Amino acid sequence: MIASHILSIVTFLPLLGAAAIMFAPGGEASVARTARWVALVTTLIEFAISIFIWLKFDGSIAAFQFVERADWLGPGIGYHMGVDGISMLFIVLTAGLMPICILASWESIDTRVAEYMIAFLVLEALMIGVFCALDLILFYLFFEGGLIPMFLIIGVWGGKRRVYASFKFFLYTLLGSVLMLLAILAMYNVSGTTDIVTLLHYHFAPTMQVWLWLAFFASFAVKMPMWPVHTWLPDAHVEAPTAGSVILAAILLKMGGYGFLRFSLPMFASASATFTPFVFVLSIVAIIYTSLVALAQEDIKKLIAYSSVAHMGFVTMGIFTLTHQGVEGGIFQMLSHGVVSGALFLCVGVIYDRMHTREISAYGGLVNRMPIYAACFMVFTLANVGLPGTGGFVGEFLTMLGAFAVNTWVAIFAATGVILSAAYALYVYRRVIFGELVKPALQTISDLSLREVAILAPLVVVTVLMGLYPKPVFDVTSVSVANLITEYQAALAVDQAPRLAARTQGVVK
Amino acid sequence: MNLHADLLVLLPELLVAAGTMALLLGGVIAGDRATAIVSWLSVLLLATAGFIVLTHADSRSAFHGAFVVDGFSRFAKLLILVGSALCILIAKEFYAIDRASRFELPILMLLATLGMMLMVSASSFIALYMGLELQSLALYVLASFNRDSLRSTEAGLKYFVLGGLSSGMLLYGISLIYGFTGTTEFAAIAKVAGAGGIHIGVIFGLVFLIAGLAFKVGAVPFHMWTPDVYEGSPTPITAFFVTAAKVAAFALFIRAVISPFPAVAHQWQQIIIVVSVLSTLLGAVAAIGQTNFKRLLAYSSIGHVGYALLGLAAGTQAGIQGMLVYLAYYLVTNLGMFACIAAMRRDGESVEDIRQLAGLSRTQPHFALALAALTLSLAGLPPLAGIFAKVYVFGAAMQAHLYIPAIINIVASVAGAFYYLRILQIMYFDDPVRGFDHSTGRATNVIMWGTSAISIFFVFVPAPLIAIAGTAAHALFP
Repeated sequence: MIASHILSIVTFLPLLGAAAIMFAPGGEASVARTARWVALVTTLIEFAISIFIWLKFDGSIAAFQFVERADWLGPGIGYHMGVDGISMLFIVLTAGLMPICILASWESIDTRVAEYMIAFLVLEALMIGVFCALDLILFYLFFEGGLIPMFLIIGVWGGKRRVYASFKFFLYTLLGSVLMLLAILAMYNVSGTTDIVTLLHYHFAPTMQVWLWLAFFASFAVKMPMWPVHTWLPDAHVEAPTAGSVILAAILLKMGGYGFLRFSLPMFASASATFTPFVFVLSIVAIIYTSLVALAQEDIKKLIAYSSVAHMGFVTMGIFTLTHQGVEGGIFQMLSHGVVSGALFLCVGVIYDRMHTREISAYGGLVNRMPIYAACFMVFTLANVGLPGTGGFVGEFLTMLGAFAVNTWVAIFAATGVILSAAYALYVYRRVIFGELVKPALQTISDLSLREVAILAPLVVVTVLMGLYPKPVFDVTSVSVANLITEYQAALAVDQAPRLAARTQGVVK
Repeated sequence: MNLHADLLVLLPELLVAAGTMALLLGGVIAGDRATAIVSWLSVLLLATAGFIVLTHADSRSAFHGAFVVDGFSRFAKLLILVGSALCILIAKEFYAIDRASRFELPILMLLATLGMMLMVSASSFIALYMGLELQSLALYVLASFNRDSLRSTEAGLKYFVLGGLSSGMLLYGISLIYGFTGTTEFAAIAKVAGAGGIHIGVIFGLVFLIAGLAFKVGAVPFHMWTPDVYEGSPTPITAFFVTAAKVAAFALFIRAVISPFPAVAHQWQQIIIVVSVLSTLLGAVAAIGQTNFKRLLAYSSIGHVGYALLGLAAGTQAGIQGMLVYLAYYLVTNLGMFACIAAMRRDGESVEDIRQLAGLSRTQPHFALALAALTLSLAGLPPLAGIFAKVYVFGAAMQAHLYIPAIINIVASVAGAFYYLRILQIMYFDDPVRGFDHSTGRATNVIMWGTSAISIFFVFVPAPLIAIAGTAAHALFP
């Protein structure tokens, strides 16, 4: 019973927690205390369930596992859940970061705590749903639904320009998504179903594929975000509360990459092949341009935001190489970036809670009073740079390996991004951590509290583990990725067969 | 067919008519003190009529095909009856707080409802016009029901003059159609038009007909009356305009173009497409600057008319199904919205400025939550109910290859999302002002809660409504 509904449970359990908080009795202080604990316990249970799913997951088959089906909207549109090697680890990532986010907000959020926790729990349900859904309409509901709690998180608990940032975030992503909705409806009209598993083996006409690909691209490129539609991200990151930034960087951005893997590549194979150079160009521009922009930032959060765009450039590049290394590298990069960028935002949150500024120039010499903090921050900075031995290295290396096999120039340009990322990351680390502790306001700054150590320590361990021993991740993804590539090639062959036949006929004549 | 059988077909209408007369007599004798009891009896009357509509589930026509009872009219009638009954309850409590209850209000609403029920059953242009005018005359009076208020009387007068104009256009179109086809019955017209060689005069008549109908639903470019009338009329009456009257006008619109003119679908589809796109664009842009809640919802309703008409533009059974889902969602959501507006009172005075909602999430978190759910549902954001209505309407439009109108409309919906989000911003982000009175009526609160719960939880059981709408739409495509 439990095992056969495990994905529904992991998806909807947070809603139960949210309901419990909503109906919690008592005054404001006691409700806030209840809300914190309920949220923490719920997210920890979620994490345990996600680990259970990982343990039960069979990495040797490419088919969807833990599948659930039920009638929902009518013929062709049903409630269908399931995970494969591509989606499963994102659930673990989401569930793993959630308790950390709750802990990170334990003291820094002191107004409207109950609503805050409800928003986070609802958001968790919707995010996990995105990775479980095997029906396009269901996927769309989860994908879009996540905007509302995030809008509230930025708008209610955000910084000075929170209203502007929340609206920009919302409308930008909505504009991309509605076009995807139309594409979904067009797919339904042609194929008679929105079931993803069925559609994975459905061949759309090549001209239709182009339009569908563009519509899905509009949605995922904004979400990812790819240059030039990334401008909502720095604003949203800067204004969001720490935990909001973590979720935004670690999970919401990954939905774009996941979408490319789940829909664009297998369903619109020949259109993907057509647009590959286009994606490569955008990826390289993102890697180089946003790295340069990151160099010039004075706000730490903004800097990490731009570096996220650059790292996502590696992901899109890797995914669209359609080589085994490239795709696996892309997935690994998404997972490691989820951990590392989330951790970096948490690090910023730590000093923001103390000083209430994110200006780089307001800091300096923190290592003198905060040695543990400096050590943690260093691990994540180096992982962000992609130092071998950290999680960041594996993904970047594999994506570049994949790119090298497909197009040398792409790999060469992407490699310059690695140098630039070292430049901006080390530069900001030096300015914040090293040097003399001369600023009077910093004289009394305290090192990490026990709670903050509890937040950052697991992330340090995971970051290093992912760098030293990435095998558990590849054990899960490898077969599914191989299957994805085989099916992509097969679909491509089907679409190109008439064209090749026409060409050979021309030659014969 | 004998008279007895004919009358049986119209049993719900006859019941409402007779009941209304009885209540009127009773009201005249008992005076305004009896308003509460007249209101409750009106609701009971409508519920009984609804029960009869539900249980008489066979399709029949009466009076030589002038009226028809089928799945489509039953669906529309049920929506209308629910809308009317709930509006009567909102009105009763609204005026009870103002201490201005008058027993004519439920009576007039009943008469309008009777007209609506006849409208959606009409299958000949004469019957259609009779129903429409019965409804309209009652609505003109209702709009100016606050007879001492300048804005209310202005709304009534504007509605009357412009409504009269549109009725004139409609009637002119009908006379042209009659002149060139020799009949006013839908089925007979369809036969003439289908026989080939449709006269240009019929097309002219069709254009006037659609202009008149677009007026009644409040679609661009015939929308001018909606903002003023919706803002000026008393809140429960505006609710009645937006819910029951809108559904009736739409049902009328659908039947009056689908049934008689399937053969010239490509002619009227062009008009509907343009009207639909213009309506969504205007609705999306014009509401941005509004601060009066009712005026804002008036522009929002223009936008929603545009989305719904996209289903009619498709002209297919799927399109009509989408429209019916849309109408049901629109009715429920707007009932909730107006229940919220009716509940917005401070020291007994109605508040209609959206800026007065500031910080409502802190002063009255539950009220804010209900209003937020309804607002987001109106914006068509998942996972609330609105997205399903959009999915079905846009799906039908895509199926009918209306790609460009669908894209324009859905992009307009993003622009439209801005002003719905602004309501959320005011309630959740802004610093609080004083909260509203807690002593609004019980029924109003129940409607507010019920509709917002439907908006939130519809996602879990969407199939029944969609199946019923499919059956209802099927009735139009024998």
